[in-house]
Amino acid sequence: MINTVEALLFGAGRPLRLSEIRNLLDTDGIPSELSDIKQCINSLEDRYDASSLEIVEVASGFRLQIKQAFSPSLTHLWNERAPRISKALMETISIIAYKQPVTRGDIEDIRGVSVSTNTIRSLLERNWIKVSGFKDAPGKPALYATTKEFLDDLNIKNLSSLPDLPDSIETDDGEIFSQVV
Amino acid sequence: MRILQYVVFIMQNTNQAQLEFPIVMGQPYEIIPDDLFIPPNALELCLETFSGPMDLLLYLIKKENINILELDVSNITDQYIEYIDLMDSLQFELAAEYLVMAATLAEIKSRLMLPQENYDEEEEDPRATLIKRLQEYQRYKSASENIALLPRVDRDFFTASAGLPEIKIDKQEITVSKEELATIFHEIQTRPDLKLHHQIDFEELSTQERIQIILQILSKRNIVSFSKTLRKGEGRHGVVVTFLASLELAKDGHIELIQNKTEEIFLKSLTGVSN
Repeated sequence: MINTVEALLFGAGRPLRLSEIRNLLDTDGIPSELSDIKQCINSLEDRYDASSLEIVEVASGFRLQIKQAFSPSLTHLWNERAPRISKALMETISIIAYKQPVTRGDIEDIRGVSVSTNTIRSLLERNWIKVSGFKDAPGKPALYATTKEFLDDLNIKNLSSLPDLPDSIETDDGEIFSQVV
Repeated sequence: MRILQYVVFIMQNTNQAQLEFPIVMGQPYEIIPDDLFIPPNALELCLETFSGPMDLLLYLIKKENINILELDVSNITDQYIEYIDLMDSLQFELAAEYLVMAATLAEIKSRLMLPQENYDEEEEDPRATLIKRLQEYQRYKSASENIALLPRVDRDFFTASAGLPEIKIDKQEITVSKEELATIFHEIQTRPDLKLHHQIDFEELSTQERIQIILQILSKRNIVSFSKTLRKGEGRHGVVVTFLASLELAKDGHIELIQNKTEEIFLKSLTGVSN
Protein backbone atom coordinates (compact mmCIF):
# COMPACT_ATOMS: atom_id res chain seq x y z
CA MET A 1 0.00 0.00 0.00
CA ILE A 2 2.89 2.36 0.73
CA ASN A 3 4.03 2.07 -2.84
CA THR A 4 0.53 2.69 -4.17
CA VAL A 5 0.29 5.86 -2.09
CA GLU A 6 3.68 6.90 -3.38
CA ALA A 7 2.60 6.19 -6.96
CA LEU A 8 -0.52 8.30 -6.48
CA LEU A 9 1.46 11.24 -5.11
CA PHE A 10 3.97 10.99 -7.92
CA GLY A 11 1.32 10.59 -10.57
CA ALA A 12 -0.92 13.38 -9.34
CA GLY A 13 1.79 16.05 -9.38
CA ARG A 14 -0.50 18.13 -7.16
CA PRO A 15 -1.47 17.99 -3.50
CA LEU A 16 -3.73 15.09 -2.54
CA ARG A 17 -5.87 14.95 0.58
CA LEU A 18 -5.88 11.87 2.77
CA SER A 19 -9.56 11.36 1.94
CA GLU A 20 -8.78 11.68 -1.75
CA ILE A 21 -6.12 9.00 -1.47
CA ARG A 22 -8.53 6.78 0.46
CA ASN A 23 -11.17 7.11 -2.26
CA LEU A 24 -8.63 6.35 -4.96
CA LEU A 25 -7.43 3.27 -3.10
CA ASP A 26 -11.03 2.26 -2.48
CA THR A 27 -11.96 2.26 -6.16
CA ASP A 28 -8.83 0.22 -6.70
CA GLY A 29 -10.16 -2.36 -4.26
CA ILE A 30 -7.83 -1.47 -1.40
CA PRO A 31 -9.95 -0.44 1.58
CA SER A 32 -8.07 1.66 4.10
CA GLU A 33 -8.39 4.05 7.01
CA LEU A 34 -7.18 7.63 6.93
CA SER A 35 -4.75 6.80 9.72
CA ASP A 36 -3.25 4.00 7.61
CA ILE A 37 -2.62 6.44 4.80
CA LYS A 38 -1.07 8.93 7.18
CA GLN A 39 1.24 6.16 8.35
CA CYS A 40 2.16 5.38 4.77
CA ILE A 41 3.04 9.03 4.25
CA ASN A 42 5.15 9.03 7.41
CA SER A 43 7.02 5.95 6.21
CA LEU A 44 7.56 7.58 2.85
CA GLU A 45 8.93 10.67 4.60
CA ASP A 46 11.42 8.45 6.41
CA ARG A 47 12.33 6.76 3.17
CA TYR A 48 12.92 10.10 1.45
CA ASP A 49 15.03 11.42 4.31
CA ALA A 50 18.29 10.69 2.52
CA SER A 51 16.98 11.62 -0.92
CA SER A 52 16.21 14.83 -2.79
CA LEU A 53 12.49 14.43 -2.17
CA GLU A 54 10.15 15.41 0.60
CA ILE A 55 6.45 15.29 1.33
CA VAL A 56 4.99 18.61 2.39
CA GLU A 57 1.53 19.24 3.73
CA VAL A 58 0.08 22.36 2.16
CA ALA A 59 -3.43 23.79 2.16
CA SER A 60 -4.77 21.37 -0.45
CA GLY A 61 -3.18 18.22 0.99
CA PHE A 62 0.06 16.31 0.77
CA ARG A 63 2.43 17.05 -2.05
CA LEU A 64 5.67 15.57 -3.25
CA GLN A 65 8.35 18.20 -3.62
CA ILE A 66 11.98 18.48 -4.38
CA LYS A 67 13.89 19.67 -1.35
CA GLN A 68 14.54 23.35 -1.59
CA ALA A 69 18.27 22.79 -1.34
CA PHE A 70 18.18 21.49 -4.91
CA SER A 71 16.33 24.50 -6.33
CA PRO A 72 19.48 26.23 -7.62
CA SER A 73 20.28 23.21 -9.77
CA LEU A 74 16.74 23.04 -11.05
CA THR A 75 16.35 26.65 -12.12
CA HIS A 76 18.69 26.01 -15.04
CA LEU A 77 16.31 23.40 -16.40
CA TRP A 78 14.07 26.08 -17.84
CA ASN A 79 15.00 29.07 -19.87
CA GLU A 80 12.25 31.16 -18.40
CA ARG A 81 12.31 32.17 -14.80
CA ALA A 82 9.10 32.39 -12.81
CA PRO A 83 7.56 35.76 -13.66
CA ARG A 84 8.36 38.59 -11.26
CA ILE A 85 5.42 39.78 -9.25
CA SER A 86 5.02 43.54 -9.14
CA LYS A 87 5.01 45.51 -5.93
CA ALA A 88 1.45 46.62 -6.57
CA LEU A 89 0.34 43.02 -7.01
CA MET A 90 2.10 41.92 -3.83
CA GLU A 91 0.53 44.74 -1.85
CA THR A 92 -2.89 43.86 -3.20
CA ILE A 93 -2.61 40.15 -2.44
CA SER A 94 -1.26 40.95 1.04
CA ILE A 95 -4.20 43.18 1.87
CA ILE A 96 -6.58 40.47 0.64
CA ALA A 97 -4.73 37.81 2.63
CA TYR A 98 -4.77 39.68 5.95
CA LYS A 99 -8.10 41.45 5.71
CA GLN A 100 -10.23 39.03 3.70
CA PRO A 101 -12.88 39.22 2.51
CA VAL A 102 -12.28 42.67 1.10
CA THR A 103 -13.70 44.73 -1.71
CA ARG A 104 -11.65 46.56 -4.26
CA GLY A 105 -12.58 49.77 -2.44
CA ASP A 106 -11.07 48.47 0.81
CA ILE A 107 -7.81 47.77 -0.98
CA GLU A 108 -7.86 51.19 -2.58
CA ASP A 109 -8.43 52.86 0.80
CA ILE A 110 -5.27 51.35 2.17
CA ARG A 111 -3.10 51.68 -0.89
CA GLY A 112 -4.28 55.18 -1.75
CA VAL A 113 -4.32 54.26 -5.39
CA SER A 114 -6.96 52.70 -7.59
CA VAL A 115 -6.65 48.97 -8.05
CA SER A 116 -6.55 48.20 -11.74
CA THR A 117 -8.77 45.55 -13.25
CA ASN A 118 -5.60 43.92 -14.52
CA THR A 119 -4.27 43.44 -11.01
CA ILE A 120 -7.43 41.67 -9.91
CA ARG A 121 -7.64 39.68 -13.12
CA SER A 122 -4.03 38.63 -12.84
CA LEU A 123 -4.61 37.36 -9.29
CA LEU A 124 -7.79 35.58 -10.36
CA GLU A 125 -6.00 33.96 -13.29
CA ARG A 126 -3.24 32.82 -11.01
CA ASN A 127 -5.95 31.26 -8.86
CA TRP A 128 -4.61 33.13 -5.86
CA ILE A 129 -7.88 34.87 -5.14
CA LYS A 130 -11.55 34.16 -5.67
CA VAL A 131 -14.79 36.06 -5.34
CA SER A 132 -16.15 34.88 -2.03
CA GLY A 133 -19.36 36.88 -2.13
CA PHE A 134 -20.79 40.33 -2.59
CA LYS A 135 -20.84 43.05 0.00
CA ASP A 136 -24.28 44.23 1.05
CA ALA A 137 -23.50 47.78 0.04
CA PRO A 138 -24.52 50.01 -2.86
CA GLY A 139 -23.38 48.44 -6.12
CA LYS A 140 -22.91 45.03 -4.46
CA PRO A 141 -19.12 45.06 -4.81
CA ALA A 142 -17.38 41.69 -5.04
CA LEU A 143 -15.59 40.44 -1.95
CA TYR A 144 -12.24 38.83 -2.58
CA ALA A 145 -10.57 36.11 -0.54
CA THR A 146 -7.43 34.06 -1.03
CA THR A 147 -7.58 30.48 -2.29
CA LYS A 148 -5.95 27.25 -1.18
CA GLU A 149 -3.74 27.48 -4.27
CA PHE A 150 -2.29 30.72 -2.95
CA LEU A 151 -1.22 28.94 0.24
CA ASP A 152 -0.04 25.91 -1.76
CA ASP A 153 2.14 28.13 -3.92
CA LEU A 154 3.71 29.69 -0.83
CA ASN A 155 4.26 26.24 0.63
CA ILE A 156 2.07 26.85 3.67
CA LYS A 157 -0.85 25.05 5.21
CA ASN A 158 -3.12 27.82 6.40
CA LEU A 159 -3.47 31.56 6.67
CA SER A 160 -2.12 31.66 10.20
CA SER A 161 1.20 30.41 8.83
CA LEU A 162 1.62 33.71 7.02
CA PRO A 163 4.10 36.10 8.60
CA ASP A 164 2.42 38.24 11.25
CA LEU A 165 1.02 41.52 10.13
CA PRO A 166 3.19 44.23 11.68
CA ASP A 167 1.37 46.06 14.47
CA SER A 168 0.33 49.59 13.84
CA ILE A 169 2.44 51.85 15.97
CA GLU A 170 0.29 53.54 18.56
CA THR A 171 1.77 56.96 19.03
CA ASP A 172 0.20 60.31 19.41
CA ASP A 173 0.26 62.62 16.44
CA GLY A 174 2.81 65.00 17.85
CA GLU A 175 5.32 62.24 18.33
CA ILE A 176 4.84 60.98 14.81
CA PHE A 177 5.30 64.44 13.52
CA SER A 178 8.50 65.00 15.38
CA GLN A 179 9.74 61.76 13.82
CA VAL A 180 8.71 62.94 10.40
CA VAL A 181 10.40 66.27 10.87
CA MET B 1 12.90 70.86 -20.37
CA ARG B 2 12.79 71.32 -16.63
CA ILE B 3 10.51 68.38 -16.29
CA LEU B 4 12.92 66.13 -18.04
CA GLN B 5 15.67 67.28 -15.77
CA TYR B 6 13.61 66.34 -12.77
CA VAL B 7 13.05 62.92 -14.22
CA VAL B 8 16.74 62.48 -14.73
CA PHE B 9 17.31 63.73 -11.23
CA ILE B 10 14.79 61.34 -9.73
CA MET B 11 16.23 58.47 -11.67
CA GLN B 12 19.69 59.16 -10.41
CA ASN B 13 18.59 60.05 -6.97
CA THR B 14 16.66 56.86 -6.42
CA ASN B 15 19.98 55.14 -6.68
CA GLN B 16 21.60 56.23 -3.45
CA ALA B 17 24.97 54.82 -4.36
CA GLN B 18 25.23 57.00 -7.40
CA LEU B 19 27.13 60.15 -6.61
CA GLU B 20 27.26 61.64 -10.05
CA PHE B 21 25.22 64.76 -10.47
CA PRO B 22 22.96 65.21 -13.44
CA ILE B 23 24.32 67.52 -16.08
CA VAL B 24 21.95 70.32 -16.97
CA MET B 25 22.86 72.71 -19.77
CA GLY B 26 26.45 71.62 -19.51
CA GLN B 27 26.64 72.33 -15.79
CA PRO B 28 26.54 69.69 -13.07
CA TYR B 29 23.32 70.10 -11.16
CA GLU B 30 24.53 69.94 -7.60
CA ILE B 31 21.80 71.58 -5.66
CA ILE B 32 18.67 69.67 -4.95
CA PRO B 33 15.87 71.80 -6.37
CA ASP B 34 13.55 73.01 -3.58
CA ASP B 35 10.59 72.20 -5.71
CA LEU B 36 11.54 68.55 -6.08
CA PHE B 37 8.22 67.09 -5.24
CA ILE B 38 6.22 64.74 -7.46
CA PRO B 39 7.81 65.88 -10.66
CA PRO B 40 5.21 66.50 -13.32
CA ASN B 41 5.15 63.91 -16.06
CA ALA B 42 7.62 61.77 -14.20
CA LEU B 43 4.46 59.96 -13.40
CA GLU B 44 5.11 56.85 -15.38
CA LEU B 45 8.51 56.58 -13.85
CA CYS B 46 7.04 57.09 -10.40
CA LEU B 47 4.42 54.47 -11.02
CA GLU B 48 7.04 51.96 -11.97
CA THR B 49 9.14 52.64 -8.93
CA PHE B 50 6.34 53.42 -6.51
CA SER B 51 3.10 51.62 -6.18
CA GLY B 52 1.15 54.80 -5.43
CA PRO B 53 1.23 58.23 -3.85
CA MET B 54 1.45 56.70 -0.37
CA ASP B 55 4.47 54.71 -1.38
CA LEU B 56 6.08 57.77 -2.94
CA LEU B 57 5.38 59.85 0.14
CA LEU B 58 6.80 57.22 2.45
CA TYR B 59 9.83 57.05 0.25
CA LEU B 60 10.28 60.82 0.23
CA ILE B 61 9.86 61.07 3.97
CA LYS B 62 12.19 58.22 4.76
CA LYS B 63 14.86 58.29 2.13
CA GLU B 64 14.95 61.75 0.67
CA ASN B 65 14.70 63.48 3.97
CA ILE B 66 12.21 65.93 2.53
CA ASN B 67 10.45 67.82 5.22
CA ILE B 68 6.84 68.03 4.28
CA LEU B 69 6.33 70.80 6.81
CA GLU B 70 8.73 73.18 5.14
CA LEU B 71 7.41 72.86 1.65
CA ASP B 72 6.61 76.10 -0.05
CA VAL B 73 2.85 76.21 -0.57
CA SER B 74 3.03 78.57 -3.54
CA ASN B 75 5.55 76.22 -5.08
CA ILE B 76 3.21 73.27 -4.66
CA THR B 77 0.38 75.28 -6.14
CA ASP B 78 2.59 76.12 -9.12
CA GLN B 79 3.39 72.47 -9.59
CA TYR B 80 -0.22 71.60 -9.15
CA ILE B 81 -1.18 73.81 -12.10
CA GLU B 82 1.80 72.70 -14.14
CA TYR B 83 0.72 69.16 -13.49
CA ILE B 84 -2.77 69.71 -14.82
CA ASP B 85 -1.37 71.48 -17.87
CA LEU B 86 0.94 68.65 -18.71
CA MET B 87 -1.26 65.77 -17.90
CA ASP B 88 -2.24 63.54 -20.72
CA SER B 89 -5.89 62.75 -20.76
CA LEU B 90 -4.87 59.10 -20.74
CA GLN B 91 -2.92 59.44 -17.55
CA PHE B 92 -5.55 61.48 -15.84
CA GLU B 93 -6.91 58.71 -13.70
CA LEU B 94 -3.48 57.76 -12.46
CA ALA B 95 -2.35 61.29 -11.92
CA ALA B 96 -5.47 62.15 -9.95
CA GLU B 97 -4.30 60.08 -7.01
CA TYR B 98 -1.00 61.89 -6.92
CA LEU B 99 -2.86 65.15 -7.18
CA VAL B 100 -5.07 64.29 -4.23
CA MET B 101 -1.97 63.69 -2.20
CA ALA B 102 -0.40 66.93 -3.33
CA ALA B 103 -3.58 68.77 -2.40
CA THR B 104 -3.71 67.11 0.99
CA LEU B 105 -0.14 68.15 1.66
CA ALA B 106 -0.87 71.66 0.53
CA GLU B 107 -3.81 71.80 2.88
CA ILE B 108 -1.76 70.59 5.79
CA LYS B 109 0.95 73.07 5.00
CA SER B 110 -1.50 75.95 4.76
CA ARG B 111 -3.04 75.04 8.08
CA LEU B 112 0.35 74.94 9.72
CA MET B 113 1.11 78.40 8.43
CA LEU B 114 -1.99 79.81 10.03
CA PRO B 115 -1.94 80.87 13.64
CA GLN B 116 -2.83 78.15 16.13
CA GLU B 117 -6.20 76.86 15.23
CA ASN B 118 -8.64 74.79 17.19
CA TYR B 119 -10.14 72.08 15.09
CA ASP B 120 -13.77 71.32 15.51
CA GLU B 121 -14.14 68.14 17.43
CA GLU B 122 -16.04 66.54 14.58
CA GLU B 123 -13.48 67.51 12.01
CA GLU B 124 -10.42 65.36 12.24
CA ASP B 125 -6.99 66.86 11.94
CA PRO B 126 -6.08 66.16 8.30
CA ARG B 127 -2.48 65.73 9.40
CA ALA B 128 -3.42 62.97 11.82
CA THR B 129 -5.63 61.33 9.19
CA LEU B 130 -2.82 61.31 6.69
CA ILE B 131 -0.38 59.89 9.18
CA LYS B 132 -2.85 57.17 10.17
CA ARG B 133 -3.32 56.26 6.55
CA LEU B 134 0.41 56.23 5.97
CA GLN B 135 0.91 53.96 8.95
CA GLU B 136 -1.83 51.60 7.87
CA TYR B 137 -0.36 51.49 4.41
CA GLN B 138 3.08 50.83 5.81
CA ARG B 139 1.80 47.81 7.73
CA TYR B 140 0.57 46.15 4.57
CA LYS B 141 3.54 47.30 2.57
CA SER B 142 5.92 45.57 4.93
CA ALA B 143 3.61 42.56 5.15
CA SER B 144 3.71 42.31 1.37
CA GLU B 145 7.47 42.46 1.48
CA ASN B 146 7.45 39.59 3.98
CA ILE B 147 5.13 37.56 1.80
CA ALA B 148 7.31 38.25 -1.21
CA LEU B 149 10.17 36.64 0.69
CA LEU B 150 8.24 33.44 1.37
CA PRO B 151 9.36 30.53 -0.78
CA ARG B 152 7.24 30.47 -3.88
CA VAL B 153 6.48 27.52 -6.11
CA ASP B 154 8.48 27.40 -9.33
CA ARG B 155 10.69 30.21 -8.06
CA ASP B 156 12.15 28.93 -4.80
CA PHE B 157 10.93 25.37 -4.71
CA PHE B 158 9.57 22.82 -7.13
CA THR B 159 7.01 20.08 -6.90
CA ALA B 160 7.87 16.55 -7.85
CA SER B 161 5.95 14.38 -10.21
CA ALA B 162 6.76 11.37 -12.29
CA GLY B 163 5.94 10.49 -15.83
CA LEU B 164 2.93 8.23 -15.88
CA PRO B 165 3.48 4.60 -16.83
CA GLU B 166 1.74 3.33 -19.92
CA ILE B 167 -1.84 2.94 -18.88
CA LYS B 168 -3.53 -0.08 -20.44
CA ILE B 169 -6.92 0.69 -21.78
CA ASP B 170 -9.33 -2.06 -22.73
CA LYS B 171 -10.16 -0.82 -26.15
CA GLN B 172 -10.07 -2.62 -29.44
CA GLU B 173 -7.84 -0.98 -31.90
CA ILE B 174 -9.40 -0.22 -35.19
CA THR B 175 -7.22 -0.83 -38.18
CA VAL B 176 -8.29 0.58 -41.47
CA SER B 177 -6.41 0.48 -44.73
CA LYS B 178 -6.16 3.38 -47.15
CA GLU B 179 -8.20 1.46 -49.71
CA GLU B 180 -10.94 0.73 -47.22
CA LEU B 181 -11.12 4.38 -46.30
CA ALA B 182 -11.42 5.38 -49.94
CA THR B 183 -14.16 2.81 -50.56
CA ILE B 184 -16.08 3.87 -47.49
CA PHE B 185 -15.78 7.50 -48.43
CA HIS B 186 -16.96 6.82 -51.96
CA GLU B 187 -19.84 4.76 -50.67
CA ILE B 188 -20.92 7.54 -48.32
CA GLN B 189 -20.72 10.11 -51.06
CA THR B 190 -22.82 8.11 -53.45
CA ARG B 191 -25.29 6.83 -50.92
CA PRO B 192 -28.73 8.17 -51.69
CA ASP B 193 -29.88 10.52 -49.08
CA LEU B 194 -32.72 8.51 -47.66
CA LYS B 195 -33.26 10.85 -44.85
CA LEU B 196 -34.15 13.74 -47.09
CA HIS B 197 -37.74 14.74 -46.55
CA HIS B 198 -39.94 17.21 -48.26
CA GLN B 199 -43.37 18.55 -47.76
CA ILE B 200 -46.07 17.27 -50.07
CA ASP B 201 -48.63 19.93 -50.71
CA PHE B 202 -52.12 19.15 -51.80
CA GLU B 203 -52.88 20.50 -55.16
CA GLU B 204 -54.93 23.51 -54.50
CA LEU B 205 -58.44 23.15 -55.70
CA SER B 206 -60.00 26.34 -56.85
CA THR B 207 -63.75 26.90 -56.71
CA GLN B 208 -63.49 29.18 -59.73
CA GLU B 209 -61.82 26.44 -61.74
CA ARG B 210 -64.51 23.96 -60.66
CA ILE B 211 -67.26 26.34 -61.81
CA GLN B 212 -65.68 26.35 -65.25
CA ILE B 213 -65.53 22.56 -65.25
CA ILE B 214 -69.19 22.23 -64.24
CA LEU B 215 -70.24 24.76 -66.87
CA GLN B 216 -68.27 22.83 -69.43
CA ILE B 217 -70.04 19.61 -68.48
CA LEU B 218 -73.43 21.35 -68.56
CA SER B 219 -72.66 22.85 -71.95
CA LYS B 220 -72.84 19.32 -73.35
CA ARG B 221 -75.75 17.93 -71.36
CA ASN B 222 -78.59 19.68 -69.64
CA ILE B 223 -78.46 17.84 -66.39
CA VAL B 224 -75.76 16.08 -64.48
CA SER B 225 -75.70 14.32 -61.15
CA PHE B 226 -73.50 15.86 -58.49
CA SER B 227 -71.48 12.71 -58.12
CA LYS B 228 -70.56 12.79 -61.77
CA THR B 229 -68.89 16.15 -61.41
CA LEU B 230 -66.54 14.81 -58.76
CA ARG B 231 -63.11 13.62 -59.61
CA LYS B 232 -61.68 10.60 -58.03
CA GLY B 233 -58.65 11.26 -55.95
CA GLU B 234 -59.64 14.69 -54.82
CA GLY B 235 -61.27 13.22 -51.78
CA ARG B 236 -63.33 15.13 -49.30
CA HIS B 237 -61.67 18.35 -50.26
CA GLY B 238 -62.83 17.86 -53.84
CA VAL B 239 -66.42 17.27 -52.71
CA VAL B 240 -66.38 20.48 -50.72
CA VAL B 241 -64.99 22.51 -53.61
CA THR B 242 -67.48 21.04 -56.09
CA PHE B 243 -70.37 21.68 -53.71
CA LEU B 244 -69.25 25.28 -53.21
CA ALA B 245 -68.98 25.69 -56.98
CA SER B 246 -72.53 24.31 -57.40
CA LEU B 247 -73.93 26.67 -54.79
CA GLU B 248 -72.12 29.56 -56.43
CA LEU B 249 -73.65 28.68 -59.81
CA ALA B 250 -77.11 28.24 -58.31
CA LYS B 251 -76.86 31.60 -56.56
CA ASP B 252 -75.97 33.32 -59.79
CA GLY B 253 -78.90 31.59 -61.51
CA HIS B 254 -76.86 29.53 -63.91
CA ILE B 255 -78.07 26.24 -62.60
CA GLU B 256 -80.80 24.73 -60.51
CA LEU B 257 -80.11 22.20 -57.80
CA ILE B 258 -82.62 19.42 -57.70
CA GLN B 259 -82.86 16.71 -55.07
CA ASN B 260 -85.34 13.94 -55.47
CA LYS B 261 -86.19 11.30 -52.96
CA THR B 262 -82.77 9.84 -53.47
CA GLU B 263 -79.73 11.35 -51.83
CA GLU B 264 -78.34 12.35 -55.17
CA ILE B 265 -78.30 16.02 -56.12
CA PHE B 266 -78.73 16.99 -59.74
CA LEU B 267 -77.34 20.07 -61.37
CA LYS B 268 -79.67 21.36 -64.08
CA SER B 269 -78.55 24.01 -66.46
CA LEU B 270 -80.81 27.06 -66.63
CA THR B 271 -79.02 28.73 -69.46
CA GLY B 272 -79.64 25.77 -71.69
CA VAL B 273 -77.21 23.87 -73.75
CA SER B 274 -75.18 26.27 -75.63
CA ASN B 275 -74.56 25.55 -79.20
